[in-house]
Amino acid sequence: MTMKAKVKALLKKVISFIEIYIINPFNKYVSAPIRKVIYKAFHSKVIHISFTHITFFNKFKLKRSNKRQQAFTGFGFIFLWIVGYLIFSLYPVFYSLYLSLFKVRLEEYGLDLSFKWFNNYRAAFFTDTNFGEHILNYVLSMLLNVPVTIVFALIIALLINQNIRGKGFWRTIFFLPVIIASGPVIGELMNQGATTLPSIEEYDIIDMVVNNVGSFLANPIQALFDQILFILWFAGIQILIFLAGLQKIDKSIYEASMIDGASPWESFWKITLPSIKPLITVSIIYTVVSMSVFSLNPVTVYIKGFFTRESTAALTNGYGYLAALAWLFFIVMALIILVFVGALNFRRKKAK
Amino acid sequence: MTKLSRLKDKILHFVKKDKKRSKSQFKRLLFGMKFTDGLVFKIAIYTMLIGLGYIYLYPMMYMISYSFMTMNDIIDVSVNWVPSSLTFENYRIVWQAIDYPNALKDAVILAALPALSATFSSALIGYGFAKYDFPFKKFLMGLMILTFIIPPQVTMMPTFKMYADYNLLGSIKTFIYPAILGQGFNGAIYILIFYSFFKMIPNSLMESAQLDGAGPVKIFTRIAVPLAVPAIIIVFLFSFVWYYNETYLSGLFLRGSDMLTLPLRVEEFMSDYASLYPEGSTARELMQSAKLAGNILTILPLLILFFFTQRYFVEAIDKTGITGE
Repeated sequence: MTMKAKVKALLKKVISFIEIYIINPFNKYVSAPIRKVIYKAFHSKVIHISFTHITFFNKFKLKRSNKRQQAFTGFGFIFLWIVGYLIFSLYPVFYSLYLSLFKVRLEEYGLDLSFKWFNNYRAAFFTDTNFGEHILNYVLSMLLNVPVTIVFALIIALLINQNIRGKGFWRTIFFLPVIIASGPVIGELMNQGATTLPSIEEYDIIDMVVNNVGSFLANPIQALFDQILFILWFAGIQILIFLAGLQKIDKSIYEASMIDGASPWESFWKITLPSIKPLITVSIIYTVVSMSVFSLNPVTVYIKGFFTRESTAALTNGYGYLAALAWLFFIVMALIILVFVGALNFRRKKAK
Repeated sequence: MTKLSRLKDKILHFVKKDKKRSKSQFKRLLFGMKFTDGLVFKIAIYTMLIGLGYIYLYPMMYMISYSFMTMNDIIDVSVNWVPSSLTFENYRIVWQAIDYPNALKDAVILAALPALSATFSSALIGYGFAKYDFPFKKFLMGLMILTFIIPPQVTMMPTFKMYADYNLLGSIKTFIYPAILGQGFNGAIYILIFYSFFKMIPNSLMESAQLDGAGPVKIFTRIAVPLAVPAIIIVFLFSFVWYYNETYLSGLFLRGSDMLTLPLRVEEFMSDYASLYPEGSTARELMQSAKLAGNILTILPLLILFFFTQRYFVEAIDKTGITGE
């Protein structure tokens, strides 16, 4: 016998040994009973699963159709999400809505609640001057920043989409901020004045603009230029969204319009813009959300302030007040999104 | 004689024509024809790109150059971009103060584990939404997109209370549990990425596997997952980066614990440092560049990661078709 044959024979012996002494007993004493239990469980009086029907309590018969089975497995796959949604979204949302109607105090035995109707909301509007100011600034800055972001993202996407060299290189540069822009980094840059362009300041353009319009508009405009880089840094994902949309537009449409004598300017307004309009909606929502949720937003900083330090406001107004503020913030944010998306769709209807 | 004049005419004609042609060629080169771009156009595009690129990179360059500056350089007005002498002092201060290798290890764990769980769960959920029909599917997907819009401020307090009740505060579980249930940071986006990716895989593949006797789980693990490797990488990278940079919720849930994200740790060190030295002292002046050095140390791992995987980041939206169809 050769060496190879010897090894083979040995292997055979080992396998048969494993089969006899491990697999067979496992099947007999472990797996079979479990299968039996499962079989019993699904062939009982309570629930009986046959090949064609599922019967509950020997009475309610359900046909095992393909559709039902599909639905069942589908729910099985998203089961994790449903559980998570109930625990981490639905319950907290309603609980904070509930708390916002109360005066909440942290006691040793738990939360001390006293029902106050809409006192918290009223206080947020009329007594708390800080919050009103923050929200107003937030709304104004959003109304300015979001269009600026979208326009710049669109311009950059159009530029990259041209027939240029090193597309990947440019995409990488414009996407880089998404990777590195975290709260402390941007905060530090803003503190040091690195988010303003020195060359803009040198020419006093901002001063000229600010001097010529009222202070109501001037402040947001100045704020816009003070953090123009910070705003542009938020455009990374939107650029990619627009770029993907632009690349999906059929080139032959442009060729046809060119033959018909359309200038590039015209074909931008008549072809490019209408075909990426849905993407503008998507990126508006993304911009508003990411800018609002950003950890340096004054409103979110203010709301979080109730948590992190034992501020007097938190003690006198309680955590219910915080919940009310958060809800107001959410409503304002949703309204901003609605205004932008509504404006976009309004224009579309008019054009038709 | 007539022959000669004719020849002359001919030559002149050619020269004229050539002049005309070269003029038109020059014009074409400058302004382009219908389907080619002219030189002027190209120059305009490249100038705009370079200008915008400068704007984008300006803060980065600022950070890098200032982090290498000594105190004198910062005060000196004549030193603008290039430090007069390279100093690693700022980096040394921050490196030692936050115990960088350990802090980095913590930060990577804090980002990687939630990112892994988010990837796993969103793959399952996205597959469920993409490949199965069930009642209320549209409604549930609407709810899912709505979770993206709800700001964390609304859910922050009840969640905080919940974690406090179950003694989870200060541990990484506060991030893993929501992530594994598909509710992580930006969870809806990951699910949408997987959703649109699995939508692109033809149903016939799954059906043929079903005919061969594979169950839903087997189809998912043997067919869907191997095909979705790009999406898995994309989602993991995105969630890793977002968890790594997250400071709002981690500042809340991890406060006072040993595990801290890197940005938070640098911030903590800076506030300690500021309280240690009085306003106006020389050490306080040095803080500016130390802060920037801390920032560089924070983003350096991400930059390295990005350098190796930028293809996935940049092509993410093309590949997954998240743009809505």
